[in-house]
Amino acid sequence: MNAQLTQFLLSGLTIGAIYALVALGFAIIYNASHVINFAQGEFVMIGGMATVSLLQFGLPLLLAIPLAVLAAVAAGMALERFAIEPARGASSVTLIIITIGASILLRGLATLVWDKKLHTVPSFSGDTPIQIGGATLLPQSLWVMGITLVIVLLLGWFFGRTLIGKAVLATSHNPVAAQLCGINVRFVLFLSFGLSAGLGAVAGILIAPITLTSWDVGVMLGLKGFAAAILGGLGSGVGAVVGGLVLGIAESMGAGYLSSAYKDAIAFVIILAVLFFMPSGLFGKKSADRV
Amino acid sequence: MTTSQVSKSFKKLLPISALVAAFAAPAWAQDAIKIGAFLSVSGPAAFLGDPEQKTLELYIEKINAAGGVLGRKLQLISYDDSGDAEKARTFAKRLIEQDKVDVIVGGSTTGATMAAVPLVEAAQVPFVSLAGAVVIIEPVKKWVFKTPHTDRMACEKVFTDMNERKLSKVALISGTGGFDKSMRAECLKVAPTYKIQVVADETYGAGDTDMTVQLTKIKNTAGVQAVLNPGFGQGPTIVTKNFKQLAVNLPLYQSHGVASKEFIKLSGDASEGVRLPAAALLIAEQLPDSDPQKKVVVGYKQAFESKYKQEVSTFGGHAYDGLMLVVEAMRRAGSTDKAKVRDAIETTKGYVGTGGVVNMSATDHMGLDLSAFRMLEVKKGVWSPVK
Amino acid sequence: MKWMTPRTGGLALLAALVLLLPLGMVNNYWYEVAIQVGLNAIVCIGLNLLIGYAGQISLGHAGFFGLGAYGSAILSTRYGVPPALAIVCTTVAVAFLALLVGRPILRLKGHYLAMATLGMGIIISIVIVTEDKFTGGPDGMSVPALTLFGLEVAGERVWYWVVAAALVITTALALNLIESPMGRALRALNGSEVGARVSGIDATRAKVGVFVLSAVFASIAGSLMAHYSGFITPGKASFFHSIELVAMVVFGGMSSTFGAIIGAMALTLLPQLLTVLKEYEMVVFGGVMVVTMIFFPRGFLPSLMLLLARKRK
Repeated sequence: MNAQLTQFLLSGLTIGAIYALVALGFAIIYNASHVINFAQGEFVMIGGMATVSLLQFGLPLLLAIPLAVLAAVAAGMALERFAIEPARGASSVTLIIITIGASILLRGLATLVWDKKLHTVPSFSGDTPIQIGGATLLPQSLWVMGITLVIVLLLGWFFGRTLIGKAVLATSHNPVAAQLCGINVRFVLFLSFGLSAGLGAVAGILIAPITLTSWDVGVMLGLKGFAAAILGGLGSGVGAVVGGLVLGIAESMGAGYLSSAYKDAIAFVIILAVLFFMPSGLFGKKSADRV
Repeated sequence: MTTSQVSKSFKKLLPISALVAAFAAPAWAQDAIKIGAFLSVSGPAAFLGDPEQKTLELYIEKINAAGGVLGRKLQLISYDDSGDAEKARTFAKRLIEQDKVDVIVGGSTTGATMAAVPLVEAAQVPFVSLAGAVVIIEPVKKWVFKTPHTDRMACEKVFTDMNERKLSKVALISGTGGFDKSMRAECLKVAPTYKIQVVADETYGAGDTDMTVQLTKIKNTAGVQAVLNPGFGQGPTIVTKNFKQLAVNLPLYQSHGVASKEFIKLSGDASEGVRLPAAALLIAEQLPDSDPQKKVVVGYKQAFESKYKQEVSTFGGHAYDGLMLVVEAMRRAGSTDKAKVRDAIETTKGYVGTGGVVNMSATDHMGLDLSAFRMLEVKKGVWSPVK
Repeated sequence: MKWMTPRTGGLALLAALVLLLPLGMVNNYWYEVAIQVGLNAIVCIGLNLLIGYAGQISLGHAGFFGLGAYGSAILSTRYGVPPALAIVCTTVAVAFLALLVGRPILRLKGHYLAMATLGMGIIISIVIVTEDKFTGGPDGMSVPALTLFGLEVAGERVWYWVVAAALVITTALALNLIESPMGRALRALNGSEVGARVSGIDATRAKVGVFVLSAVFASIAGSLMAHYSGFITPGKASFFHSIELVAMVVFGGMSSTFGAIIGAMALTLLPQLLTVLKEYEMVVFGGVMVVTMIFFPRGFLPSLMLLLARKRK
C-alpha cells in the first residue's frame, strides 16, 4: 500500500510541476496586466511542437529546445503587441474573449504549420525507470521537477533582486505610480508576456517525452494551470507553484482512491470550491474595490 | 436612412443573399455519379478522417481515369464534420437534400454515424459507415452498412488468443472516449462466453497524460494475468509507456484502434511484445503470396504511400473498402438507382478488401468474420503475425 | 417614426421575416440550417441579456443547453415520460439548478465569474460523458420525437414553425424584460454595481434572475434540439460550444437582442459557407473573435452600421 501511495505521490508531483509552470505563466501576466491569458496553454503546445519540428529538421536536442522556447516567446510577444495592447482599457470580459479567440487562432495555426497527429520527443536522459521505495519514477520526471525548481528560484531572484524584475513587480502593484517612477510600463507588459510564454514552452518541452504532444495539448493543460493559479491565489507566484503541486497531487490521489473516471473534474470542482469559499486562494491578497 | 432602418434591411437581405451565394453549385458534368461523404478530417478524430478523405480522393481519381463506373465519372462531395455529431448530421442532410448524392460513404466516428442514421433511413439512401461500434449494424438497419470490424469482434479475437495462452483473469483499462467505452462494454458482455474473468476495470480521461495511478492499482490486483486496453488516440500510447515504466510484467493487449506503425513509433520500445487484433493491411508485405488479401492490401498500400508520402492506415483502408463495395454494387446492379444499389451491397459475396473478405447478407451488414482480424505482436519494433 | 421602436417594429419585422423565409427555401437542408440558426438564436438572446445588458459573463452556458437536451432525452427515453412533459420538467429542473448555482457564482466578478461558469460548464459536460448508463456516453443517445396533442412533430418543415414561434416568443420576452423595471435595474447594474446597490436595487436578485432566465432559454433550446434531431451527443455541452455561443453574442452586438440573433445567424452559417476553407476554419473563427473585440467591442454589426450611417452623413 505504501508503495502505491508513493507512486501516486510521485506522478502527482510530476504533473503538478507542469501545472505549476503554467500557473506561474498566468500569474506573471495577470500581475502585469490584469489579463487572464486563456492562450497560456497554447504556449505549452508551441514549446513541444516546435521542438518536434526542429528535431525533424535534424537539429540536436540541445539546440532545438532553446529555439523552440524562443519561438514561443515570440508568439507571446506578438500576442501582447497585436491582441492585448490595442485593447488596453477594455473590460475584463472583452479581454477574456480576446485571449480565448487568440488561443483558437493559435491552435488553428498549429494545425496548418504542423499537423494533427501525435508526436513524441525523446527523453532527456533515457527511459530507465528509477526505483524509489517500491514505486518507479521516470528520469524525465526528475528533469521536470528539477528544472521547475531551478526556474522558480531564478524567478524569485529575478523579481526580488534585479531592477527589471522589481519594475515588473512595481507595475503589478500600481501601474500609474510605476509609470511616474519612470518605468516603461509598455515594455514591462511586453516582457511579461514573453516571459510567461517562455515558461509555458519550457513546461511543454519538459513534459512532451512523458505525455506526447500535439496541436491541442494546450487546452486542458491551460485550464488546469489556470485552476492551479486560482487555487494558489491569482497574482501570487508562490501561490501558483503551491497551487500547481497541490492540484497535481489531488488529481493523482483522487484518481487513485476515488474515481479515475472523474479525474478531470477534480480540477474544476476545486476551482468552484475555491471561488465560492476562498476567492483569493491560498496566498492571494484580499482585494478591496475602490468605490 | 437611419441606422436602425439600414440594419433592418440588412437583416432581411443578409440571410437570403448569403445562402444563395454559398450554394451556387459548381458546374459539373450532369451525368456524374455523386458519392457523398462526411468525415472527421479535422478535430479530435482527425487521424480517422484524414486518411479516409485522402483514400476516397485517390481512388475516385483512379476509377475515373480507368473510365468511371457504368460509363459515368464519379464525383466526390465531401464535408468535414470536425468530429462533431451535430455537424455530421447537418452535412448528411446537405448531401441528401442539397447535393442529391447517390450514395454516402462516411461517418468516421460512431457518434457521427448514428446521428446520420435516421436521415438515411428516412431518405432511403445507401450509407456505408466507416465507424467501429457494433451498434451501427445491430440491430440491422435497411440502408446502413459498415466496413470496419466491430469492437465486439476485437474483444472476441483478443479473448480467443488469451484462451490459447491460458490467460483467464484480465484487467481492463480504458478511456472515456466513445470508441473506448463501446469496446469496453462489448468486452464485458462477451467475456463470460470465453471464460474470461474481468478482475479490474480502470478508466482514464481522454486527455490524460499519466496512467501510472490506474496501472499501479491493476498491478496490485490479486491474480491478474493479462491487461487489455480498449483504447484509441493518445491514451493507449501512454498506457503502454507507463506499463513499461512500472515494470508490469504481464501480457498487454491493445485494440485495433491503435493498429498502426505510429503506435510503435510513439511508444518506443515499450511496445515490444504488445499484441492486438488488426486488419491484414498492417502486415501487407509479410503475408504469404497464397493469402487472398495480399494483392489488395499491397496494391492499396503502394498506391496510398506513393501518392501521399505518409504511412498507410487501417482507417484509410476502411474507406477504400467502402468505396469499392459501393462501386462494385453499382456495377452489379447495372444502375445507380438507390434501391437497386442497396440490394446489391447487401448481396456482396466474396469481396476481398483491406479489412478482410466480405460476405454480406440481410442480417449481416458488415460481412466480416473473426478470420478478417489477424492477431499481431510487436517483435523487434515491427508488427508481426502471431503464429 | 414613433411606432417603429425596437419592441414593436423590430419584432414585427422578425415575425415577417420568419413567415416569409419559407418562400425562399429550396430544400429541407435550408430548413435545417434555419432551424439551427433559430435554436442558437434562442440561447444567444438569453445569453445576451446576461452578458450585454447585465454585464456579466458565462463561459459555461452550453452546459445548460446540454442539460436541457439530455434531461428531456433521458426522461422521455428511459422513463417513458411524454416528450412535451419531459421538456417542461427539464426546464423547471434546470431553472432550479441555475438558481441554486447562480447565487454563489454571481457574487463573483470579472474573471473569477468567468472561471466559475467555465468550471460549472465543464463539470456538467464531464458528468454527461461519464454517466453513460443514463446518457449513452460519448457516442450519444437516441431521442424520441416530440408529440403535441397526439400528433408527432417531425420533419424539418414542421419544426421550422415550432422553432420560429419559440424564437419570436423569446424575442418578445427579452424585449419586454429590457423595458421593464427589472431591465432598467440590469442596465444600472451594468453601469456600476455599487451605484446600483446604493440606489436601492437588489443587485443579487437582478443578476440571479437574469442568469436563471438565460439558463431557461438555453435549456428550452436544448430540449427542442434533442427532439428535433432525434440523436444527441455530449459535444453540445462542451466548453467549445460555450465559447461559440459567447462569440455569437459578442459578434452580433452586445446589448442588442436583434444583434444576438444576427450573431447566431452569422456564426451558424459560417461553417456551412466555409466548407471549402475547412482547413482555415479555426484560424478564421479565432481571428474573427480577436478582431471583433479589439476594434468593435460593442459588437461587429452595430459598429459596422454606425460606420455606414456616418458615411452617409
